[in-house]
Amino acid sequence: MHNRILPIIRKELIHILRDPRSLTIIFVLPTVMILLFGFAITFDIKDIKIAILDQDRSQASRQVAELFTNNQYFKIAADLTNRGQIEPLMMDRTIVAALVIPEGFGADLVAKPAASLQVLIDGSNANTATVVTNYITAALASYTMDLNSGLHAPVVVQPRIWYNPDLDSTKFIVPGLLAVLMMMICAMLTSITIAREKETGTMEQILVSPIRSYEIIIGKVLPYIVVAFVVASVVLAFAKIVFAVPIRGNLLLLAALSLVFIYASLSLGVLISSKARTQQVALMISLVGTLLPSILLSGFIFPLFALPKFLQALSYAVPARYYLVIVRGIMLKGIGFEYLYLPTLSLFLFGTLLLMISMKNFKTNLEG
Amino acid sequence: MIFDIEINDLVKTYHEVTAVDHLHLQVQRGEMLGLIGPDGAGKTSTLRILCGLLKADAGECLVGGYSVTKQIYQIRALVGYMPQRFSLYPDLTVAENLRFFADLFRVPKAERETRLERLLQFSKLGPFSNRRAQALSGGMKQKLALSCTLIHTPQILLLDEPTTGVDPVSRREFWAILKDLRDQGVTILVTTPYMDEAARCDRVAFIHKGKILALDTPEKIPDLFSGILYEITCDDFVRAANLLKEERDIASVQIFGDRVHVSGGDDCKIRIAIDNAMGRSGVASFEKNKIRASIEDVFVDLMR
Repeated sequence: MHNRILPIIRKELIHILRDPRSLTIIFVLPTVMILLFGFAITFDIKDIKIAILDQDRSQASRQVAELFTNNQYFKIAADLTNRGQIEPLMMDRTIVAALVIPEGFGADLVAKPAASLQVLIDGSNANTATVVTNYITAALASYTMDLNSGLHAPVVVQPRIWYNPDLDSTKFIVPGLLAVLMMMICAMLTSITIAREKETGTMEQILVSPIRSYEIIIGKVLPYIVVAFVVASVVLAFAKIVFAVPIRGNLLLLAALSLVFIYASLSLGVLISSKARTQQVALMISLVGTLLPSILLSGFIFPLFALPKFLQALSYAVPARYYLVIVRGIMLKGIGFEYLYLPTLSLFLFGTLLLMISMKNFKTNLEG
Repeated sequence: MIFDIEINDLVKTYHEVTAVDHLHLQVQRGEMLGLIGPDGAGKTSTLRILCGLLKADAGECLVGGYSVTKQIYQIRALVGYMPQRFSLYPDLTVAENLRFFADLFRVPKAERETRLERLLQFSKLGPFSNRRAQALSGGMKQKLALSCTLIHTPQILLLDEPTTGVDPVSRREFWAILKDLRDQGVTILVTTPYMDEAARCDRVAFIHKGKILALDTPEKIPDLFSGILYEITCDDFVRAANLLKEERDIASVQIFGDRVHVSGGDDCKIRIAIDNAMGRSGVASFEKNKIRASIEDVFVDLMR
């Protein structure tokens, strides 16, 4: 190479290798985060504490109650005798739901086309309430189906969930985490390394050489592509080994497209550092600027189509959004590049645009 | 006569503060010019503008014949700039720092190692070439910084207070190196707050509040002193100085180490005033000698 990129790369690698503390942080931070998030963020609920108030005392009502006793998702916390007992139990969080089988339930079931029963659910956590409602409805639906089997059946829905049949939330959280973590680490790494040179004054010494801004930027980004790629591999290995997340698609494709994402994220870091003068500012901006959007506006947890329109529009500027499609697509759906060229192209354009802006912004003087 | 640095009517302001105020200065090729002045006089701003690190608000600078605003990359290939603060990589060794800057300036590989050897030898850093920069002493750090600035054999050197915070022995060595470079024909513009260092330069420029107040050889600078100067030696020089300040015929009183310098316009009146003040102080014995002004006296005089 005839330019000054190679010496910058060489120097940067020496910095990385001679600073074992930072190197440890680079690898330990994502590992700890993926373990924490992977285990802690789960929407699967087991042992739902439920109380049953059987006012009917019929054979049918006992059958309904039984649905909840031999079920891994439910735990009967109390057998009630009157309605007044429900509220205190809900208040002290002994139960999250109560099932009320009214008098005449069994008789209605035989005599009328439909019988009704009541379910009370603690809605103080909306998310849990939704899941609990679904579970209870599902349990009762199977009971109805059993009842109807003798008669001519109404419409029977047989849901079959593809790609993640158990609806195991780790399988969709962990690949998303990869996106969030890589975004954060990449932006942090590059923005800090440039801000540090400004802070310690070494940038002043480099700038008085005939070096051009693109040489500094490319020389700074290239080594960190390697570092970030290794981190991504470590996180991916954790996903596979610890959380048994499948990689159904082509691993090489995943690696290649991850590089494109790393490129986009590193470019964001460069853009941040072209403005930040100290390491602390760089760190703050890259944390706030990547973590929140990557979690909230990427579809990591909340589906994008459920967001208000202007937030949806904003989400197009969040690189993690595109990478999530790629990661989940390759890992869970096992799809190929023919389905992923659009997000890939978006990431590439995003990175290139930011890099161009940074190079224009990055002055080879101290006025910036 | 060739000028390697020409500064014309240079102005630089930071927000409301004027750092460089219509400054003019010319440095001849092969000359060592000392820019001397107190903190905040505009020394660093001037040097930074010359190597394109700062943009001037007005005025024109030519370095090596190139315009600072239009041909900065040509200038940077020609100039060696050493910032006031140690700005090398502390986690790189002496040799690694030198090689890095050699590569930045595209010193040909074949030439790189011979230059490295020569610089290590002349800076006496040879035995420490594998030591990390952070483990060097203050003096060694400055010599390494100078070596890194010299790796591309610049025609022009801009040095910003290179010996501040360096022990006296290293300072002397450092100036010996600068003298050698000057003898090899390198143009040097060096800033310093030390008067004794100014005396080692070919010419000295006094800078104060962004303006050059005086510019001449160290030998001729004392002639710029406007009045008559006496040096007083006594025990309680602080008390003496305070009493001397009360005298009407004494224009200025300065303490230099353990002596007091007193100046004024009329020789006869000053002598009477000195005897008067010293009599009041009650010191047993004192000595007063008429002396030739030093560079520092002139500087203090000009700043008033």
